[in-house]
Amino acid sequence: MPFDLIRDKGREGRRGYTLPKPDVEMKELESVLPKAALRGEKPRLAEVDEPTVIRHYTNLSRENEGIDTTFYPLGSCTMKHNPRANEAAAAVPGFAGLHPLQPESQAQGALRIMHELQGFLAEVSGLPHVSLQPLAGAQGELTSILMVKKFFEDAGDEERTTVLVPSTAHGTNPATASMAGFKSKEVGLDEHGCVDVDELREMVDETTAALMITNPNTCGVYERNIKEIAEVLHEAGAFLYMDGANMNANMGRMRPAEANVDIMHFNLHKTFSTPHGGGGPGCGAIACSEDLAPFLPDPIVEKEGEAYHFVRPEKSIGRVAGFHGNFGQMLRAWNYIRMHGPDLRDVTDMAVLNANYVRAQLGGTYRIPYDELCKHEVVVQPPQGKKALDIAKGLIDYGYHPPTIYFPLVVKEAMLIEPTETESKETLDDFIGTMLELAETSQEDLEEAPTHAPTRRLDETRAARQLKARW
Amino acid sequence: MARFTPHTEADVKEMLEAIGVDTLDDLFADVSPKYEGELDLPEVLSEYEALREVDALAKENVAGLPIFLGAGAYDRIVPSAVGAIISRGEYLTCYTPYQPEISQGTLQSIFEFQSMISELTGLEISNASVYDGANAVVEAALMTARLTKRDPKVAVSAGLNPRYREVMETYRVELVDLPLENGTTDFSSVPDDVSGVFVQSPNFFGVVEDIQAASEAAHEVEALCVSVCDPISLSVLEAPGKLGADVAVGEAQPLGMPLMFGGPYAGYMATKQEFVRQLPGRICGETIDKDGKLAYVLTLRGREQDIRRARANSNICTNQALTALAATVYAALMGPEGLREVAELSTSKTHYLAERVDEAGLKLRYPEAPFLWEFVVELPDVDKANEALLDAGIVGGLDLGDGAMLVAVTEKRTRDELDAFVEVVANAV
Repeated sequence: MPFDLIRDKGREGRRGYTLPKPDVEMKELESVLPKAALRGEKPRLAEVDEPTVIRHYTNLSRENEGIDTTFYPLGSCTMKHNPRANEAAAAVPGFAGLHPLQPESQAQGALRIMHELQGFLAEVSGLPHVSLQPLAGAQGELTSILMVKKFFEDAGDEERTTVLVPSTAHGTNPATASMAGFKSKEVGLDEHGCVDVDELREMVDETTAALMITNPNTCGVYERNIKEIAEVLHEAGAFLYMDGANMNANMGRMRPAEANVDIMHFNLHKTFSTPHGGGGPGCGAIACSEDLAPFLPDPIVEKEGEAYHFVRPEKSIGRVAGFHGNFGQMLRAWNYIRMHGPDLRDVTDMAVLNANYVRAQLGGTYRIPYDELCKHEVVVQPPQGKKALDIAKGLIDYGYHPPTIYFPLVVKEAMLIEPTETESKETLDDFIGTMLELAETSQEDLEEAPTHAPTRRLDETRAARQLKARW
Repeated sequence: MARFTPHTEADVKEMLEAIGVDTLDDLFADVSPKYEGELDLPEVLSEYEALREVDALAKENVAGLPIFLGAGAYDRIVPSAVGAIISRGEYLTCYTPYQPEISQGTLQSIFEFQSMISELTGLEISNASVYDGANAVVEAALMTARLTKRDPKVAVSAGLNPRYREVMETYRVELVDLPLENGTTDFSSVPDDVSGVFVQSPNFFGVVEDIQAASEAAHEVEALCVSVCDPISLSVLEAPGKLGADVAVGEAQPLGMPLMFGGPYAGYMATKQEFVRQLPGRICGETIDKDGKLAYVLTLRGREQDIRRARANSNICTNQALTALAATVYAALMGPEGLREVAELSTSKTHYLAERVDEAGLKLRYPEAPFLWEFVVELPDVDKANEALLDAGIVGGLDLGDGAMLVAVTEKRTRDELDAFVEVVANAV
């Protein structure tokens, strides 16, 4: 009965945990609170024993595929192996039990981890100043664009109302621009799927605050004109922001600073192997140039002599998280970087090798809209008459997690494949073999897929029309 | 070769041949400007060496002592089963459940999380969680602006966690202060152009607030009432939905998440059914599959950034699925009675401490106000008291900077620790 809810497995009076016996006199709540404040009805929560809880959530977990169970080439998400040493690091009681408001003097180990990680990310990006506080990539974007906004306010420049995004951008980019109070305008692409520099030149003016570029872009293609793009923006007094979701393609091969990027975010949960956890928690650290550094979120960590301190940057936009950010993810990323050092370049090399191998093997059967060197991911289209959705569902029956589909939006029937560096040639060959087989599978059979998964295809319209989001 | 890459030299050679290039460098022929140097990072460590370093750094923190700090993050018991479940690779290493056929584990756990939050808050619909409590607060502020079609300007109790206020300011939400009167908020001066009225209960100073009064004041000016609540407290305090709150948000950390120096935690958000289209973040709903079998799926996706782009409710993409799962497992283990017991134990211990503090001749700032597990004690020199506490092996409370300490007590504190706290503080002042 895999779909019974935990609440349906209980019985009134059952308990799954025992608390310590009281060692002080128990207070009647009625004696310390006004009657109106007291809860009338008990919440209808599960009343279950621990064995039932463990069995329920263990069985549920078996309805999930993760990197641990299968190849997971979800483009733009960098589903690489999550080393268990990172989890061991995050379980160390001296970190896990540390309260965020303990004074700096009581948290020097944690501050040192943060300070060193700031330095590592500065080195990987070439951008000297780092904040680890944003809690996810999208928040890293927003933090960056709010910093740009504050820069112009500080400079007394009230004309900057527009943020440009390429048509290949992640949906978070235009959403971020709106949230920060900018109009977002879309820039078109050239024949390589890259930002059309001529079009950009025409669009950039004194109202432009920034361009949000992803490099390599979401087609997996390197933005070869990035330096020129930076020049166009800088001439107009605007900033170049880089969405660093795809940094797995760049480490040790390209540093955003040398391309004159002004500010960028990292996804520690992509590039630096912290687990995705079914959609979070993440960490969207940002790195920026000297010009934007005074606007970084409050606080950042600085070292003075042998001691580490939290410091509020001079013109900070303020804080974006309740405390210092997702420290647990910082610790994991720190550990990952310590286990790689300068070999991070090999990570990038192998990720790019794997993606190009998949490109080379699928080409001919699958259409490759930008059939040239790709970086860490490749966008392909199913053979004529087939749909990305059907191929994706077909992959599920062969035990794979499908690639990202219908993104980037500029490619019809897009399938964005990101193998990552942690997959072997055998895994890739098997996957390629399956993809080629699915290309030959009849449409009727594909439309039936999946038939071997925990569920068949779902009625998504019904979920929205007859919304039921609780027991 | 890097640690977690399986390729042998022979693999690399074969693959380069298949691609039609000679060297790995050739794969970066299109990259400009190229980085030619070697990254200046510390030398590679083995797993053992890296973890030994982590252990050494952990010793530079003060940890493992009884903690009297709260102020938004609480040192509560985390049952072992919580860690066991959230460490399972099937939960740990999957992405957002975009492919529901192979993500029912995550999806059902989100559905159960939403159900638990709805039950605790007394509101019809909850989302799948947001980054943390502070971000739940700011998302609620923006939500009230969309719903009332007013500018994001909100009236906030002076008892709202100051960090939540700071995040709202960063997000350009205009704040109007509502003063405290003996520890509870005076709602008599809510301006008529605000989109929301924010009340935290128990508030930052530990005092249980009158949510009914807040919602009446909000509705008077056709604004929405947002109540910010510690989820553990909702096992004993009336559900905000029953007291007229339109939105309930808060920090889910007390539900089974370790302190971890401030994160990862999870923010929760719940609201009335009629407001669901303005609720940001992921929502999981029930449906059926092609064979009519019950299943779960992310729904009302039209609100979200990847579909709606610039017109989305929020740029939010990540939820906190894994920490939300921790909260779900915690709540299942505890059940309604266990949650209530956590609340009652904490409250009893806190009142025991407050009574001893009072007996020792120290002054409580709000002696008449109702409180659960946090209170403010006035001390001439908080620094000195905290130093003395640390010498005695205790992490003291939060220095409020105005001659007072905010003290939190959880079910973990023993009577001996409480007695020691009073003795040390009384001697230090």
